[in-house]
Amino acid sequence: MDSLWSTLEPLLTRVEKPARYIGCEDGAATPEYTDGAVSWLLAYPDTYEIGLPNQGLQILYEILNERPDAVAERTYAPWTDLEAEMRAIDLPLFSVDTHQPASSFDVIAFNLSSELVYTNVLNCLDLAHVPVRCEDRDHTHPLIGAGGHATFNPEPMADFLDWIGLGDGEEIVGDVTDVVAAWKASGSTDRVEVLRALAQVEGVYVPSLYDAVFEDERLVSIDPIFPDVPSVVEKRTVADLADWPYPKSQLVPLTEVVHDRLSVEVFRGCTRGCRFCQAGMITRPVRERPADQVRTMIQEGVRRTGYDEVALTSLSTADFSGITEVIKSTLDDESSGCGDVSVSLPSLRVDAFTVGIAAELQRGRRSGLTFAPEAGTWRMRQVINKLISEEDLYASVEGAFSQGWRRVKLYFMTGLPTETDEDTLGIAELGKRCVEIGRKYNKGASVTVSVGGFVPKPFTPFQWFGQNTIEELNRKIYLLRDEVKKIPGLQMKWHDPKATFVEGMSSRGDRRLGKVIEDVWRSGGTFQEWSEHFDVDRWTDAMTANGLDVEWFTYRHREENELFPWDHLNAGLHKDFLWHDWRDSLNEVGLEDCRWTPCYDCGACTGYGIEHVVASATPPAGGSQGTGQSPGRGQEVSVQLLARPVGAS
Amino acid sequence: MTLPRKPQVRLQYSKLGKVRFTSHRDMARIWERSVRRAKLPIAYSEGFSPRAKLSFGLALPTVFESVAEYADLTFDEPVPAEGLPELLTPLLPVGVDVVAATELEGKVESLQECVMATEWSLFVDGDLAEVGAWARDLLAADSLEITRERKGKTRVDDVREALLDARVQPIATDAPVIGASTEIVVNLATKPRALRPLEFLGINAPPHTFVLGRRLHQFISPVGARRDPLDVGAAQATHDLSRAS
Ligand code: SF4
Repeated sequence: MDSLWSTLEPLLTRVEKPARYIGCEDGAATPEYTDGAVSWLLAYPDTYEIGLPNQGLQILYEILNERPDAVAERTYAPWTDLEAEMRAIDLPLFSVDTHQPASSFDVIAFNLSSELVYTNVLNCLDLAHVPVRCEDRDHTHPLIGAGGHATFNPEPMADFLDWIGLGDGEEIVGDVTDVVAAWKASGSTDRVEVLRALAQVEGVYVPSLYDAVFEDERLVSIDPIFPDVPSVVEKRTVADLADWPYPKSQLVPLTEVVHDRLSVEVFRGCTRGCRFCQAGMITRPVRERPADQVRTMIQEGVRRTGYDEVALTSLSTADFSGITEVIKSTLDDESSGCGDVSVSLPSLRVDAFTVGIAAELQRGRRSGLTFAPEAGTWRMRQVINKLISEEDLYASVEGAFSQGWRRVKLYFMTGLPTETDEDTLGIAELGKRCVEIGRKYNKGASVTVSVGGFVPKPFTPFQWFGQNTIEELNRKIYLLRDEVKKIPGLQMKWHDPKATFVEGMSSRGDRRLGKVIEDVWRSGGTFQEWSEHFDVDRWTDAMTANGLDVEWFTYRHREENELFPWDHLNAGLHKDFLWHDWRDSLNEVGLEDCRWTPCYDCGACTGYGIEHVVASATPPAGGSQGTGQSPGRGQEVSVQLLARPVGAS
Repeated sequence: MTLPRKPQVRLQYSKLGKVRFTSHRDMARIWERSVRRAKLPIAYSEGFSPRAKLSFGLALPTVFESVAEYADLTFDEPVPAEGLPELLTPLLPVGVDVVAATELEGKVESLQECVMATEWSLFVDGDLAEVGAWARDLLAADSLEITRERKGKTRVDDVREALLDARVQPIATDAPVIGASTEIVVNLATKPRALRPLEFLGINAPPHTFVLGRRLHQFISPVGARRDPLDVGAAQATHDLSRAS
């Protein structure tokens, strides 16, 4: 393969932030192309700054490059200025590692984190000179795959993706490599042959091997067209994270990216059971990394990268059994010799324990602290199973302000099932109380409420719920905004309901949306996650042009026994479990965290013969959702054990 | 009471190849990480978000190469200059090579303060004779006006004083630059306000387009003495500077 670097180089003197396209990261692999090795191009369909820190992509990059029979490089969506330059001279999409043309790889695999990147996938394929539709590709084209959370309903992308990996990718990429290697060795020119072989891999879904039948507007069946293709594709789950201590050499970019720090994943999965949270539902069960391994990964990572910040990542890091010990040993560790290392916990739970940890972590610079109560009233929080009592929330906020924080940010959703105006306005009420608490300690205390429209997601109890319309979300947001305006010290930010609408439409959409996505892309609708490029009219126009009804796809409540476009895929959760949880939700009944209470057989463990891997059998000091243990003031862990010198220098 | 001065080392390094596309700010972060990895006792600033004490002098524009970049490192305890190039180079990106180091003694002006002029090699696509004539006209002119934008306001500056010297020549055959045919070696003053190489290239309807630029030297006062920032009195560079090219 020939590097495109010398053609690309002159263009880079004319574009914004050219360092995004040069590779050269510390930790980047030097690919060795040997005969028969399967070459992978791992693609993040958004900018380098957003894509580079993605841990999933980095993990697979390492795993593949460690294999003797595979090589992996990376690519990211070029920004519009470079795209224009590339198109002007017909320069194809390239890998950033060694600047190979994208179409020269055997496999291109996209990380799909959200619905709004779909059109970028098409754009990347087109830039790669690969036909965007599966049916137009032949054996000379790469196999186009995808993984990531948004692929749990991949149907809207069925026309464009040859294969989709469901669940944890660590094992899937190895199996796919084996299949592709065998196909390459066979010299076969029959693409269907390799697709059928891929469909045999546990966790791999090949959309073109299924026939979706619609009657009137409804999906009535979605069945395999060959007998050897599974009628239900099960997700893949790695049983024990300890077996996968990746990334071992996290990439250190030369230019600024969104999360420029060392990341160590402390556990995967979450069973707090928040009903809106697809990430929690589809990644069950909880699999903790052994605390010792976490420590080693931090030590080695800091030493190797020179980063002075480490983020301990998971869906709710304060729940990690060894959290205080790991933080203590990281802050106390002199052995790295790299100077002081700070720790950040990107996902904070709302309780005093968390505030105690945060206080220790943010000595000195206590500018802002963020909590996510998600809903404004206790009733609403019972519906969504985010069981934070008012007392807990106020105690946390009081803890924050009394310990020197000046700004508190609170995340909420609106457009939730059964939400009344009282619930919406409860957000302002709650914010007001928080400002009052803050003002006791600091005259300039400020509170910001950030409000996003709720998008019902597949494989959650809310998958039956009809999303609020743009108009209804706007009405609620303005209602709330008017109330917030009356409260000094309270600010409000919100997401554009039009973007929420597009996410919602795609999130539970079916294959017919493929034409819509293609039309939006052809009309120039790329980078839809970027407000300066997002245009809702492109989407509604494309829906109309294809004779599809926005109302039906987005706003309609689903029926109990309705066939969902993702029913032939299994994220582990029994549909009847989800239905019961949906009914419980409407009855405002909470559900406990099965990590510390008996299993209620949602299917995520029971279906696959695996179980939680949790070091501590008791809930953390902050209390467990629904166990009735609320963190009394006495339990406000002040965590002196974390002490380190103030003003580290 | 004044605190005793902390020990300082001045380094010279290159920035060549792909890494030229990183910004000045990017390089500062890269240096911070590398210094931590080298476990050097770098000093930190006071305050809530302490920063490693590294200073770099005049920013090299993104996309330019250089064989003459400098950094001053301040340490909490003395660090011998000897050995620093070998220690740091492997910890820096490909194309960034530390070529010399010297300990700074006594009161030394910062790089920002002491650099008076810079020398550049600018590779352009343009006819040798035409570019030569263009450069001669510039040097013969009494005034050279350019329009600059600053803080949203445009103003016209006479930059003739800042153009110290320019020479136009064919590109050496043993080091071709793809897309370029002509090399301009130019000396530009940095005080009172630096004339930047791209500003220089844009004066008076230029008969060329820019392909690649490389900073060759930074000179400290007096102008014309061609003293480089490592030449700070008694202290001697511990490395042979010829490695820079
Ligand atoms: S199968 Fe049981 S233990 Fe496992 S996640 Fe579901 S409810 Fe929890």
